[in-house]
Amino acid sequence: MADFVMPTLGADMTEGTLVQWKKRVGERVTKGDIIAEVDTDKAAIEVECHATGIIERLLAKPGDKIPVGTVMAVIREEGQPAAAPSRPQLFTPQPVSTQPVLQPDTGTAASPLPGSRLRISPAARTLAAERGIDPTGLRGTGPEGAITLDDITRAAKGAVGVATSANAADRQARMRQTIAAAMARSKREIPHYYLSTTIDLSRALAWLTAENGRRPVTERLLVSVLFIKAVALALRQVPELNALWKEGEAVRSERIHIGTAISLRQGGLVAPALHDADRAGLSELMQRFQDLVKRTRAGSLRSSELSDPTITVTSLGEQGVETVFGVIYPPQVALVGFGKVVERPWVADGLVVPRPVVTASLSADHRVSDGHRGGLFLAELDRLLQEPHAL
Amino acid sequence: MTPTPSDADTRAQILRLLGEIAPEADLAALNPDVSFRDQLDLDSMDFLNFVVALHNTFHIEIPESDYPKYLTLNGCAAQVAASRT
Repeated sequence: MADFVMPTLGADMTEGTLVQWKKRVGERVTKGDIIAEVDTDKAAIEVECHATGIIERLLAKPGDKIPVGTVMAVIREEGQPAAAPSRPQLFTPQPVSTQPVLQPDTGTAASPLPGSRLRISPAARTLAAERGIDPTGLRGTGPEGAITLDDITRAAKGAVGVATSANAADRQARMRQTIAAAMARSKREIPHYYLSTTIDLSRALAWLTAENGRRPVTERLLVSVLFIKAVALALRQVPELNALWKEGEAVRSERIHIGTAISLRQGGLVAPALHDADRAGLSELMQRFQDLVKRTRAGSLRSSELSDPTITVTSLGEQGVETVFGVIYPPQVALVGFGKVVERPWVADGLVVPRPVVTASLSADHRVSDGHRGGLFLAELDRLLQEPHAL
Repeated sequence: MTPTPSDADTRAQILRLLGEIAPEADLAALNPDVSFRDQLDLDSMDFLNFVVALHNTFHIEIPESDYPKYLTLNGCAAQVAASRT
């Protein structure tokens, strides 16, 4: 038997609320299948299964608040007999008392564009389709106004609640608390050191302009994707930065999953993973990055995207920031920041010329690496960005 | 013969596209001569998605070098109108 437990989806997540089971008892599941939708302080998350077999038992019901690590379901793996019915229930439900309310949208509802940002949880989208409800006409009560399962259920019943933003405000407050706890823990436990370097981007931007000139608008690249790929490749040379701190020691990750800091419109941020970023080509990486940003802001992330990052990359250049002094997201041991691309005087071949440059910074855990290795990482990052065609 | 959409229709469509990119924005208060990115806090990804939406809706080619022309409501409307002449 394999236990399906409430996963930890962030450094300080202690519990999640089951929104919906995506599988039934007796149904076959394969590793990687979405088995449940769970609501956390940051977003509604599609939780993936880590075993292949038959669902033997579901121990929680929608609405239950479940501590991290608690068994929620039991999966009978291939070739195993069905469990005896006397197996003890491992989860004790704690009913949730709060009920979201629905406000009809008084604005003009328009059909969403393909791929546009309608904030709706996956379960709600499915239920809306099943019930023949157009979700674009609803105002959601989830994070940042996301339409939740309850919103669709109420819409189906014709229920109309009192207008309120209390739930959204509460979600914002809880997200802030979660970030605060993670960052306080980081600053309390991790001895940070910081390095930065200024990188000449003239080659990278010239290559990007030419490349985008050849591409249709739907396939163009952003410079931030070059940064992400370059970080991923540079980590191969300095692998100690691609690690997690577990039980008093650093455990290097064989795979490079870049957590990309994505700001949410109503405040707060999430840094979900671009898995195996070092192995993806720029076009694939761009496509996955676009999808990740869209789903992050729609509140539709998968559990592995929140639990798997091995390092975080954050870009604050669009806010006018020139240098980032980032706080490491535990249990990661490093964070790479990029500032604004600016024109600066640059000495090349004995001449002072204007060049577009960016300041790349590294925040790293001194328990795991030292400044020498951090410096090598930034030097490698610089070298990679001088050869954009090879990324 | 299909009638040419009016400028008002074009602007309404552009605003609808922006509403999809930034659903929380108060588009009624948008200054048509000021950059969307400044008024709506759009990042590069948002703006790229907006350009793609313009391309798909109005069937216009938008080279990257022309992006600055699409930064305001008036600019977008002018570019769409020009593409029809």
